[in-house]
Amino acid sequence: MIRVILPAHLRNLTQVQGEVALEVTVPVTQRAILDALEALYPQLRGTIRDYTTQERRAFVRFFACKQDLSLDDPDSLLPEAVASGAEPFRIVGAMAGG
Amino acid sequence: MSEVRLLVGTRKGGFVLTSDGRRERWDVDGPHFGGWEIYHMKGSPVDPKRLYASQSSDWFGQVIHRSDDGGATWETVGNEFAYEGVPGTHQWYDGTQHPWEFKRVWHLEPSLTDRETVYAGVEDAALFRSGDGGKTWRELPGLREVKGHLWAPGAGGMGLHTIVLDPQDPRRMYIAISAAGAFRTDDGGQTWRPTNNGLKSPYELPDSEAEVGHCVHRIAMHPSRPNVLFMQKHWDVMRSDNAGESWREVSGNLPSDFGFVIEVHAHEPETIYVVPIKSDSEHYPPDGKLRVYRSWTGGDEWEALTNGLPQRDCYVNVLRDAMAVDSLEPCGIYFGTTGGQVYASADSGDNWLPIVRDLPAVLSVEVQTLP
Repeated sequence: MIRVILPAHLRNLTQVQGEVALEVTVPVTQRAILDALEALYPQLRGTIRDYTTQERRAFVRFFACKQDLSLDDPDSLLPEAVASGAEPFRIVGAMAGG
Repeated sequence: MSEVRLLVGTRKGGFVLTSDGRRERWDVDGPHFGGWEIYHMKGSPVDPKRLYASQSSDWFGQVIHRSDDGGATWETVGNEFAYEGVPGTHQWYDGTQHPWEFKRVWHLEPSLTDRETVYAGVEDAALFRSGDGGKTWRELPGLREVKGHLWAPGAGGMGLHTIVLDPQDPRRMYIAISAAGAFRTDDGGQTWRPTNNGLKSPYELPDSEAEVGHCVHRIAMHPSRPNVLFMQKHWDVMRSDNAGESWREVSGNLPSDFGFVIEVHAHEPETIYVVPIKSDSEHYPPDGKLRVYRSWTGGDEWEALTNGLPQRDCYVNVLRDAMAVDSLEPCGIYFGTTGGQVYASADSGDNWLPIVRDLPAVLSVEVQTLP
């Protein structure tokens, strides 16, 4: 199972407590995780990726294994630790600054 | 006894305020959708328990919520707002053409006759319609064909913020867009035309009487006289007696004719309300005095309403969707401020009381009068 951590606003939107456990088809990529996540929680469509372009929204970031994966190709393989469920895939609202 | 329900959208959530018909004591429920910007909440005139809320964030985009129990519980509905066909372009700040890009829903307007039909005014400016209670949305693209390539966003964004439905002609409606103007359809939204004749914008436009480009802030109508419209423009309070075919200025003796809100008394169609704001660069009341101005004569002659409102050191704004009237007798008037206060008058504006003082900045106020 893939482990996904949502930011607080999206946990509220989905009524999720804690992590989300996802069955994701291999190869495990950003796109595969987000497709599975949106299939499980349709209310997330448009909140992480643009509805039309399917590109990551500007102020959403993807972290895993102490790396920022936000700018990686959405079809590139994620680290093995994410694919094995040892490490979570974190979806983060970018810092507002100030 | 009747009940009044206020739907208050703020920068950090939505609030539902309720009172009995005396409108003296209020219960405050919220925040709903805490931390999100709630641009607008509105109930269906057909089924008052059916509410819609526009929830948005710069991080996570647009969400639409719907309630079928008067705001006690909510469910997410459709949030895909895709422009019809090739979206095309509009004028950009540097004079180039820029693709239409959806940002948020500014205003939700439920149908006067059908529980499942609701309209959404969005930024970048376009009008969408849902016939299934908000689950799916389709654009009415004819609007953007009215010189849409000439529309240019102002500093506040190119939002379609006003949707006025004609209660006597279901095929007629009016909309208004920041920095584009007012438009009317007579065929249910298929085709549109500008209704800006008589508006003058010498400070904002190179051609002060241009067909499009005027910064209309709000349009109000009394349901008994749908051909009479009142407008708060960027500068100028305006009136039309012919369904927007032409407008004349009725700013009269207002201390400033800049402002955002305008409303019509529920039972007196010639009685209207505005909140003057000092200027386009100083979005607060003149002289630090928060005053609602009332005209009994449909404009030109105005009186200041001050009882219960702060008359010194007040520098809040009242945004375009943040005033509403109930249909009780006497008529109740409500408005919210960017300082987080929601003020109520249960006597047509003679006296005011704050219902709440410390909400996040108020973006919108709607009222439902319940049996």
